[in-house]
Amino acid sequence: MKNKYSIFSLIKNAFSGHENWQRAWRDPEPKKEYDAIIIGGGGHGLATAYYLAKKHNITNIAVLEKGWIGGGNTGRNTTIIRSNYLWDASAALYDHALKIWEQLSQELNYNVMFSQRGVMNLAHNLQDVRDLKRRTHANRLNGIDAVWLDTEKVKKFCPIINTSPKIRYPVLGGTLQRRAGTARHDAVAWGYARGADEMGVDIIQNCEVKGIKRNGDQIDGVETSKGFIKTKKVGVVAAGHSSVIANMAGIKLPLESKPLQALVSEPVKPIIDTVVMSNAVHAYVSQSDKGELVIGAGTDDYVSYTQKGSHNIAEGTLKAILELYPIFSRMKMLRQWGGIVDICPDASPIISKTQIKGLYFNCGWGTGGFKATPGSGDLFAHTIANDEPHKLNEAFNINRFASGDLVDEHGAAAVAH
Amino acid sequence: MFIITCPYCGDRDQLEFSCGGEAHIERPKQPTELSDDQWAEYLFMRKNIKGIQFERWNHSHGCRKWFNMVRDTSNDKIHATYKMGEKPPIK
Repeated sequence: MKNKYSIFSLIKNAFSGHENWQRAWRDPEPKKEYDAIIIGGGGHGLATAYYLAKKHNITNIAVLEKGWIGGGNTGRNTTIIRSNYLWDASAALYDHALKIWEQLSQELNYNVMFSQRGVMNLAHNLQDVRDLKRRTHANRLNGIDAVWLDTEKVKKFCPIINTSPKIRYPVLGGTLQRRAGTARHDAVAWGYARGADEMGVDIIQNCEVKGIKRNGDQIDGVETSKGFIKTKKVGVVAAGHSSVIANMAGIKLPLESKPLQALVSEPVKPIIDTVVMSNAVHAYVSQSDKGELVIGAGTDDYVSYTQKGSHNIAEGTLKAILELYPIFSRMKMLRQWGGIVDICPDASPIISKTQIKGLYFNCGWGTGGFKATPGSGDLFAHTIANDEPHKLNEAFNINRFASGDLVDEHGAAAVAH
Repeated sequence: MFIITCPYCGDRDQLEFSCGGEAHIERPKQPTELSDDQWAEYLFMRKNIKGIQFERWNHSHGCRKWFNMVRDTSNDKIHATYKMGEKPPIK
């Protein structure tokens, strides 16, 4: 049993100079066989393992991670959490996640620093206004909190926004989801890892999957850089590299992997206490607890696995940021990076069985997967354990591309692609 | 990347071009006879290769002609560009 984190354990460890903290998860060598293997040790993969162990009593699991846990998109996103999606299926999916976020720190005994500071989406033209109002109504019919703010209320809610009618794309209003906000991205991976490890899940880092072994139409195991591991069930949660794994298994996915980039500024005193997103000019910004501005830019429009992102994309975003927030004009940017996002044609994820028995995919989260981490893990665990989707992820099966039942969320996905 | 060689105009800045996705996907010859799965394969399924990939590009802010490119998606290095209808110079 691991030590429970509390104010008392903090005080106790303070007396020994914080040198006697237990390690949060083990560093095991892979066993020869597991009941299930999760490929990808990001937030979604670790959450999947955690819920498989916790809710479905499957504890003989390995999570295989090519690098270190949380080092992919989990550590590269802009940490925004919201559930204001248009269609019923997506609203239910993302709000399921948001409800888990609200309890997550308690459940994991790990502070994921979930902060419901609100997310505001701005409208810059007439069509934006129509679309966002429609989405507000749709959200409210689905029981998701959303309000429409006119320009004056936008200014009142976030005074540093330039609401002058004279700018190139003036602010004509916006929507606000107050339950939305941010969380500490690394803590999510670490919290789930610690929780899963405690229930017996083996988290194996620096272990790259090299091949998927099939016995006819049934999964037989995975070939890794640490040798062959036998298993009957493989859950793939490899984000931008999902297609690479799919190729190993001999199937194709409707995905394109593109770099999505973000930047952070030097840390400053609190200046923006919410998250403001703006689709039309592609600028979104929030402030981390350290004081850095966290700025999200767009995707490159070609397939690439380089975790960089083009200069012109960042430049475009910063131009928009400067017009909307003239107060940031002298801020210095400290770091810029890219993550490889797997984009589905309908901007909705795939949480699904495949034509190969025992092979499951959780992918296609594109530019907005972080917000769904707990819900995604929960539903994917259900799908793997029961070999059937949960009713919340039924609509997100891979067959929708043949049946035509697409869940078009390009409007709510926030990053244009 | 940064510089792309248009087969018609020569070396130009990358910003003049836009990417049209995977190349050499043939439009079905008998669309009426396709099953739903075959349509899905044609419309949506992509190789999305990490490594050498064949792509369609358009010189959208130049001659506006389409052409093909061989590119390594793991490091963004361009190996060749060639005109539509030509055979890829690299296998």
